[in-house]
Amino acid sequence: MGIRFILMVNKQGQTRLAQYYEYLTLEERRALEGEIVRKCLARNEQQCSFVEHRNYKIVYRRYASLFFLVGVDNEENELAILEFIHLLVETMDRHFGNVCELDIMFHLEKAHFMLEEMVMNGCIIETSKANILAPIQLMDKAS
Amino acid sequence: MASSGMRGLSVFISDIRNCQNKEQERVRVDKELGNIRTRFKNEKGLTPYEKKKYVWKMLYIYMLGYDVDFGHMEAVSLISAPKYPEKQVGYIVTSSLLNENHDFLRLAINTVRNDIIGRNETFQCLALTMVGNIGGREFAESLAPDVQKLLLSSSCRPLVRKKAALCLLRLFRKNPDVVNVDGWSDRMAQLLDERDLGVLTSSMSLLVALVANNHDAYWSCLPKCVKVLERLARNQDIPQEYTYYGIPSPWLQVKTMRVLQYFPTIEDPTTRRALFEVLQRILMGTDVVKNVNKNNASHAVLFEALALVMHLDAEKEMMSQCVALLGKFIAVREPNIRYLGLENMTRMLMVTDVQDIIKRHQAQIITSLKDPDISIRRRALDLLYGMCDVSNAKDIVEELLQYLSSADFAMREELALKAAILAEKFAPDLSWYVDVILQLIDKAGDFVSDDIWFRVVQFVTNNEDLQPYAAVKAREYLDKPAIHETMVKVSAYILGEYSHLLARRPGCSPKEIFSIIHEKLPTVSTSTIPILLSTYAKILMHTQPSDPELQNQIWAIFRKYESCIDAEIQQRAVEYFALSRKGEALMDIMAEMPKFPERQSALIKKAEDTEADTAEQSAAKLRALQQTSNALVVTDQRPTNGTPPVSQLGLVKVPSMSNVDHSAGDQAVTQANGILTVVDPQPPEPSADILGDLLSPLAIEGPPGAASQPNYNLAPGAEGVSNAEDALAIAPVGEQTNTVQPIGDIAERFNALCLKDSGVLYEDPYVQIGIKAEWRAHHGRLVLFLGNKNTAPLASVQALILPPSHLKMELSLVPETIPPRAQVQCPLEVLNVRPSRDVAVIDFSYKFGTHMVNVKLRLPAVLSKFFQAITISAEEFFPQWRSLSGPPLKLQEVVRGVRPMSLVEMANLFNSFRLIVCLGLDPNANNLVASTTFYSESTSAMLCLIRIETDPADRTQLRMTVASGDPTLTYEFKEFVKEQLVSIPTISGVPSPAPPQTQPTIAPTSLSDPGALLAGLLH
Repeated sequence: MGIRFILMVNKQGQTRLAQYYEYLTLEERRALEGEIVRKCLARNEQQCSFVEHRNYKIVYRRYASLFFLVGVDNEENELAILEFIHLLVETMDRHFGNVCELDIMFHLEKAHFMLEEMVMNGCIIETSKANILAPIQLMDKAS
Repeated sequence: MASSGMRGLSVFISDIRNCQNKEQERVRVDKELGNIRTRFKNEKGLTPYEKKKYVWKMLYIYMLGYDVDFGHMEAVSLISAPKYPEKQVGYIVTSSLLNENHDFLRLAINTVRNDIIGRNETFQCLALTMVGNIGGREFAESLAPDVQKLLLSSSCRPLVRKKAALCLLRLFRKNPDVVNVDGWSDRMAQLLDERDLGVLTSSMSLLVALVANNHDAYWSCLPKCVKVLERLARNQDIPQEYTYYGIPSPWLQVKTMRVLQYFPTIEDPTTRRALFEVLQRILMGTDVVKNVNKNNASHAVLFEALALVMHLDAEKEMMSQCVALLGKFIAVREPNIRYLGLENMTRMLMVTDVQDIIKRHQAQIITSLKDPDISIRRRALDLLYGMCDVSNAKDIVEELLQYLSSADFAMREELALKAAILAEKFAPDLSWYVDVILQLIDKAGDFVSDDIWFRVVQFVTNNEDLQPYAAVKAREYLDKPAIHETMVKVSAYILGEYSHLLARRPGCSPKEIFSIIHEKLPTVSTSTIPILLSTYAKILMHTQPSDPELQNQIWAIFRKYESCIDAEIQQRAVEYFALSRKGEALMDIMAEMPKFPERQSALIKKAEDTEADTAEQSAAKLRALQQTSNALVVTDQRPTNGTPPVSQLGLVKVPSMSNVDHSAGDQAVTQANGILTVVDPQPPEPSADILGDLLSPLAIEGPPGAASQPNYNLAPGAEGVSNAEDALAIAPVGEQTNTVQPIGDIAERFNALCLKDSGVLYEDPYVQIGIKAEWRAHHGRLVLFLGNKNTAPLASVQALILPPSHLKMELSLVPETIPPRAQVQCPLEVLNVRPSRDVAVIDFSYKFGTHMVNVKLRLPAVLSKFFQAITISAEEFFPQWRSLSGPPLKLQEVVRGVRPMSLVEMANLFNSFRLIVCLGLDPNANNLVASTTFYSESTSAMLCLIRIETDPADRTQLRMTVASGDPTLTYEFKEFVKEQLVSIPTISGVPSPAPPQTQPTIAPTSLSDPGALLAGLLH
């Protein structure tokens, strides 16, 4: 199925966005997020962007204070996911203009709308920024 | 920063952000939850806008890790809102909060359907996305055709169609039985002509699932995929929006190459050539560039191309090119590329003929074993493990040993295990193997599991040449100061058995051996003392002529422990003391341990288990596949552990083994010994259970009934092991006296699993056992998922498989403890030897707190699992039917007491067993003809045919005629179908009432009956 979850976590380890593509209970999520954050945030720049954890492989990337962590199964190409994270960031940049942690916090719904256009059922569905942002722009115009 | 338009939400988020600690956050969240609850309660006052706002707050709170169950209904209700902004929130939040089995989803199903078939394409998109994310069975049943229509519709815009594709993917993956994809190959091929890259991207994901499910049906898509790849690689007709740093959608390129890896091969030379041209271009044309994003994207494509080339088994030249590339990658500085280089090189090991080229990179890989990044170290370890063979084992294992001293905590156990396995498999000589294991224990004793030292004892016991050497080594290690307890165990054991072989060496007299071992006694735990006591008894026995001083010393120790609080130690002390006073008798009882039966290494199984835990499938499995029987020692099993040990085991009755919470192996042995008491020639005086006990830990991985084998060899033609277990398997199924109540009906769960291949086998408040199975011909691969539902660990977990004689089953090692909230996977291999309806049983037990729970569960490895669907035409059917002319190959029986069901229901029932009903073969509409192929080792693939004649006036009876090329199969097949028809089988665990060759109870009727009439008619 590919992507199992997407997390955005700041460097204090606070979750800023969590989107799961397989159902985990609240307790499972809390445990998993805690473990992953502990593992990934301790790593330095010279280390690779992949961390093996339980049955997942975590592909992660850091932008300023924010970590983007994507959990995938072994059906995914790691580098493609790594660049998918960047695509997501560029898309947010296009919308927010130099996106920052606060944009995502205070516009959680927008971040979700974007993700909804980009990933569905754990598969990448759209990679054109114009297409991803079209529904949001329509809504902004309407309101 | 623009305001989100929801002020209350922003304020709340600010508040949360300003919280100094988790406690403040909790207070603020609780306050908000109270507020939301009240607002939801007086719903009248709530505008859709307000509702939307509160639902977003809920999602936010849920993300923070708080429960918001109370608001699920509100989120779902927004789905029916008339306006887009509210509806959108309803859909998105519902898919984030609920799972597919949630009852509330049913309430929304009509709205969802209306949105999907309606004209508003934004509504369509929302609905498709939600169903695509969390749609379950009911959605599949009511929506699949509509979704399929949307995907293919020419009037729909791409934005709807791309979502329809992934929505369909979910419905199909989750319920392949509901979503009909027959004839979809043409449609998929047509979809691949699509110009829109969004639709193409999602269709490609759908295609992966379809091809993975049944690649044969989708050959026509293969050239189309190559076309898509060519289009991307050549950058033809790719809109700017879909190029990423100048690379035409790397994600679609990757996905397309993934699809191609699901086809076993590419036969068509034109397509193959075209594909290889593209691949060659990617392999040669990818350069390292400065821009990191561009570099990553192009390497994503490159690595996928490498994987595809390996999969397609390209020409040698291209393969060498790949290895060369990988060799370059594992030496670069960029850590991502290095990681992936190692990972892919491990995959490359599966390709033949390149191992030698890979070996050239050994030094570089060893460097990576010391990389500061644990991700990279793990890959390096996996690769070294995979590439190890006789030629380089010494180097690699010594490297691992050296690294062990400095390796970090997280990797030591794995490292120790892998070193032990490699040492065992590829040892150039056995003394080296002993050296390695002793070094392992010396350097990383804490990480050397019991399996490892058990294994070394097995080897030493089975190899006489090795015994003096091992004894010398053990003696040497004992001289070291502060040795690990495991080292005390293994050296004490070995010296107890073989120190007499060293008698003439300096420092090796019985007395000296005894005192150096006895020095360690104050430092060891209670689990080691019994081993030391056995060693003392053995030393005593080997002291010829006897040494009164030593004897008194040892007797004093025995007497001291006679009152030990530990029952195990006490019992040994008492028994050894009594025995050692008997003089001659001691010689019989304390004789050298018999050789161990040859077994597959438990270590390898354990390694596989650990592998299941890591994300990437690694070389361990591959190794296990390639070298299953690379055992070092060839021993003749029967004479060594066949008859003679029986008398020995007979001596070693276990009269007072009352300790209930014994280790796994102990129980197995107790059972075996329980059976053995019949041949016990000795008076039931308290005798040592030394053999039983010393054997027991080692016997964990062996079949539990192994020790009782000879007794049961009486059964004609059956394998002793499994027969013994048959006896155990019959009675206890279902009748448990546990205090823990299972959740759900065990029998129903079993029945359900007989029809499908995954689901829950057993559940109680503490544990859930899921099962997932794949069946291919006469092989089955099951995975047991043992899940601990609690926040405390489950201890003393054990699972014993009690296979019936016709199944060969091998369960990988089950960990003794399952950590809280963890799930462990235990693969179970099944091989079907011959047709039989007997059912395998798993004897599962664990301890939770003070509860000892034991259940015996039937495993759904039933006869029908070895059926493979086959549809058969009239031209094939009739000659077969005719050629199988009568008993014992063709049997007929009138069955009464049938569950009344319509012919359609019956046909469905048959189909669910992969017994495919052949429509229109029987001219009589009240009859039914079906066929299947049965696989077993003895019959190989064999066609089974069945004809059912029903009486529309009385549905409780029918007549069936079954035929196959094997009498046993025919009989078992008939009985099996009968069981399905008469009632839902609740006790199929009963042994076959008679040998299969026996005539069925109802004699086949004469040729004048309707069945024969059909046969005549078919002539």
